[in-house]
Amino acid sequence: MRRFSSFRDFDWMLLTLVFLMSIISVLEIKSATLHTKFRGFDHKQIGFLLVGLALMFLVSRIDYHWLVDIAPWAYGIGLLSLVAVKLVGTTVLGGKRWINLGGGVHFQPSEWVKLVLIVMMARYFWGLAGRDLSWVDIAKAFAMIGVPMVLVFKQPDLGTALTYLPVLVVGLFLGGIRMKQTVVLLLLFAMIGGGAWLSGKRLKGYQMARINSFINPDTDPRGTGYQILQSKIAVGAGGLWGKGTNQGTQTQGDFLPIPYTDFIFAAFCEEHGFVGGVAILLLYFLILMRLIENAQQASDVPGTFIVMGVAAVLLFQILVNIGMVVGLMPVTGIPLPLMSYGGSSILFTFLALGIVMNIRMRRFVN
Amino acid sequence: MALIPKTERHSDRDEKVAAGKLHATQYIVVLVLAVLAAGMWRLQVLGVDNYRMLAEANRVRKDPVRAPRGKIFDREGRILVDNYPSVSCFLLREQVKDLNADIPLMARGLDLPVDAIEATLRRYASSPKYVPIPLKQDITPDEQAFIEAHRNELPELETFDDQRRLYPRDGFAAHLIGYVGELSAEDLNSAKFAFYEPGDVVGKSGVEETYDEILRGKDGSRDVIVDSHGKEVGQLGQQIATPGQDLRLTIDLDVQRAAELAMEGHNGALVAMDPHTGEILAMVSRPTYDPNQFSVRLTKDYWSQIVNNPDHPMMNKTIQAQLAPGSTFKIIMSLAGLEENVAQSMHVMCNGGATFYGRFFACDRHHGMVGIDHAIPWSCDTFYYTLANKLGIDTIAKYATEVGLSQKTGIDLPDEAAGTMPSTAWKMKTQHDKWYAGETISVGIGQGAVQVTPIQLARALGGIASGGVLKRPHVVFPDELPPEMASAIESSFPGSGDRVIPITPENWETITNAMAAALGPGGTAGAAHLDGIDFAGKTGTAEVISHSAGATSLGTGATRANAWFVGMAPRRNPDIVVAVLWEHGGWGAGSAPVAAQVINAYITKQRKKEGNLVRVAEAPKPAATPAPNPDGGPTASVAPAVHPGAANLPAVRQP
Repeated sequence: MRRFSSFRDFDWMLLTLVFLMSIISVLEIKSATLHTKFRGFDHKQIGFLLVGLALMFLVSRIDYHWLVDIAPWAYGIGLLSLVAVKLVGTTVLGGKRWINLGGGVHFQPSEWVKLVLIVMMARYFWGLAGRDLSWVDIAKAFAMIGVPMVLVFKQPDLGTALTYLPVLVVGLFLGGIRMKQTVVLLLLFAMIGGGAWLSGKRLKGYQMARINSFINPDTDPRGTGYQILQSKIAVGAGGLWGKGTNQGTQTQGDFLPIPYTDFIFAAFCEEHGFVGGVAILLLYFLILMRLIENAQQASDVPGTFIVMGVAAVLLFQILVNIGMVVGLMPVTGIPLPLMSYGGSSILFTFLALGIVMNIRMRRFVN
Repeated sequence: MALIPKTERHSDRDEKVAAGKLHATQYIVVLVLAVLAAGMWRLQVLGVDNYRMLAEANRVRKDPVRAPRGKIFDREGRILVDNYPSVSCFLLREQVKDLNADIPLMARGLDLPVDAIEATLRRYASSPKYVPIPLKQDITPDEQAFIEAHRNELPELETFDDQRRLYPRDGFAAHLIGYVGELSAEDLNSAKFAFYEPGDVVGKSGVEETYDEILRGKDGSRDVIVDSHGKEVGQLGQQIATPGQDLRLTIDLDVQRAAELAMEGHNGALVAMDPHTGEILAMVSRPTYDPNQFSVRLTKDYWSQIVNNPDHPMMNKTIQAQLAPGSTFKIIMSLAGLEENVAQSMHVMCNGGATFYGRFFACDRHHGMVGIDHAIPWSCDTFYYTLANKLGIDTIAKYATEVGLSQKTGIDLPDEAAGTMPSTAWKMKTQHDKWYAGETISVGIGQGAVQVTPIQLARALGGIASGGVLKRPHVVFPDELPPEMASAIESSFPGSGDRVIPITPENWETITNAMAAALGPGGTAGAAHLDGIDFAGKTGTAEVISHSAGATSLGTGATRANAWFVGMAPRRNPDIVVAVLWEHGGWGAGSAPVAAQVINAYITKQRKKEGNLVRVAEAPKPAATPAPNPDGGPTASVAPAVHPGAANLPAVRQP
């Protein structure tokens, strides 16, 4: 009875949206690196995107049920790779996040662990069969996400570690957590968070400084608050219509920090204004809505969970990155999906979308 | 894998996630994106003008604001050292693409050698990039115009208003005042300057150094916003500069002026002091230098001219020259001889010298029979050879040390010298040899190993004339300083300080009368006498090369004897004591008119003051006691009951 899944069922709509975002990303990277030593990164980004697209098609051919089956193994390997990166990893910018595979290829395990966690979470809640969550169930979910999160946090890479959170949150939400449990958990975290804040020992010095500088960026314009201040100036100076491509003084004058990765949205807003920025938000809106629609149409529970996991991670990254750029959130070093330069981030996004494609293609299987 | 339930691929469980929950997530997406859009709206629509302005003026720069140093006044509030506004050129390194490429143009426009700019850059290589480098101080209007005209080519050049030191011209009081300069790299590494920054200007000598803490203010800064061309367009905030405090010196400009004039053409030193208090009234060291050259830009030529000058222009000879005192030492000898009850009854037959221990010691004249009354005004060497022989070196050393020889006086100026007073213990310690009685003879006339500074002589002889009240010389009124600063100064400059030594009134009278006689007819300095002024003093002619006593020739050039004179007025409890050292000046009598000019200027000025016109002509009679005047106020030699204002009266000479 299985219907052959063909490219007719491929999500061409989603692909178009993603393609559009990729083009915008390449153009903005080109503009942002025009007068810097990073010139030519747009070409490398095109390379990443091509590899990403190829992988996306490839993954879309793999039955996601098989992924769900092998998820525990992948989870085990994921944990091992996180431990390995601690032991043999390359130190970049003060954190051990990369494993050098030789030949100039670096591999960031924390990105693909994110993918594993999404599948793993889907499998776990599927196994719970929709019953009311007990505290033990919740604790297990926390342990499953928490162990890799702590490993990544220790690298130290607070940004990536935080992106594991939406997987847990969406899992618990869709998995049927009750309001009472939610309130208890929130109170618990508020207490722990407050305690950590007061002791100030849980966060590294630069992490603490980032949060402090977020709260009051004007205190030290040349220190950590500098990035947020420059980003806000770039966004604000863009105005309604923007200054035009290659015309942003903040971006071109090297005032905006890393305008091709974490602050690419600030560069885009400076050059294309509020209108351009809202257009990007609209694209994200369409992509996310399409994902949720796919989740609704998925043929079974793990399919829905996986798509929603992907959507949650993307939404979280959009929120944290753009929130940082416009000065609503502290600097955490989370890239903007489909916009920021960087291979690992692109690979994660396209692999995740590949799985989503597969889920969509199999929506009529049952 | 207890944690993970087994899955079945073809499960019949086809329950789905509740549609309502998925629907709810759509609202969450909308909410999140709306919040982000609102954040953008806030910046891009509501804040656009502000952020456009910030983007235009996007550079925060810390510009130094120099605190003006405190001014320095004389005791009557007349200005000695002032500041003047000037413009300095700084180099900002933050936005420079290729600094080295710009150096030749900079060098041309600022009239600086290329290697000087490179040396400055190297010096600041380790300091943070946002610290501006002082490139050239006190730039000319032409150089300022160059910087303005080259804003696009050389955006790294910036001009700041500055305050510079303006010292009196021609080295007037230069050694006393000192000078300021930028901290050197070595200075910055020393503990003393641990809290200073490169480019800070500090006092490097004289009062500027000792009282740097008071004179220097606290530099401020301005957080300035500049456009991409380096032009200032706004200010974010500022730390106000606190100006330094003004400082009043004990110097009297009129006395100083007289002293400078009197020392014109002489190498050496002159110090005038009020022995009642230790306040320095004038301080001159020659040759001098121009401190203005040091505070702005010291040219290589001027520097080498200064350091290669054999007469040591940088040396403050009033406190640093250590030389044989010659016959001025005879006052201390007389004190020792009288207090030991040896000199009173001593009469010596002077036939142009005498023989001691098989060696002939010459006197410059045949004085005939000499007692203590004539030994001082005639400066008879034979008398003091004999006295020294009778007292012995350790007795002499005891009295000399009591009046402060071989110790610093503790004056509040840097790098005072202590001098030397020989004794048996001193010789054993320094030369590991015993003292030979024959060596004592030449010490009796201030030759041999005795070495004093002019300030020591002024304090010692002024103190003896004040009946044994010796004061710590100082150039700043301690009670005008913050108390902790005053005590810090006192402990930073240890020395003989304030001291009272017992002197029998008759001996006091004998010595002071004899010193007055030295300025009278037949005295060694009779030609320097001042009509109507009770002027007393003692000459000294100190051999420079051979320390053999009693040489009759003065020598020539660099071997010519040093001419000393210590004078005071009035003879007892003097209001002013002046020590003059004229290097290679020959006979001590030559220095007496120098001191006389200063004393005359001082007395004349005091008499011109209101209420000082009443003169009391009276024989200078010693008080019943030495009247060492514990409250430190000036005391005239006249009886204190004569006139209420008499305490302030300068002396008048017996008609």
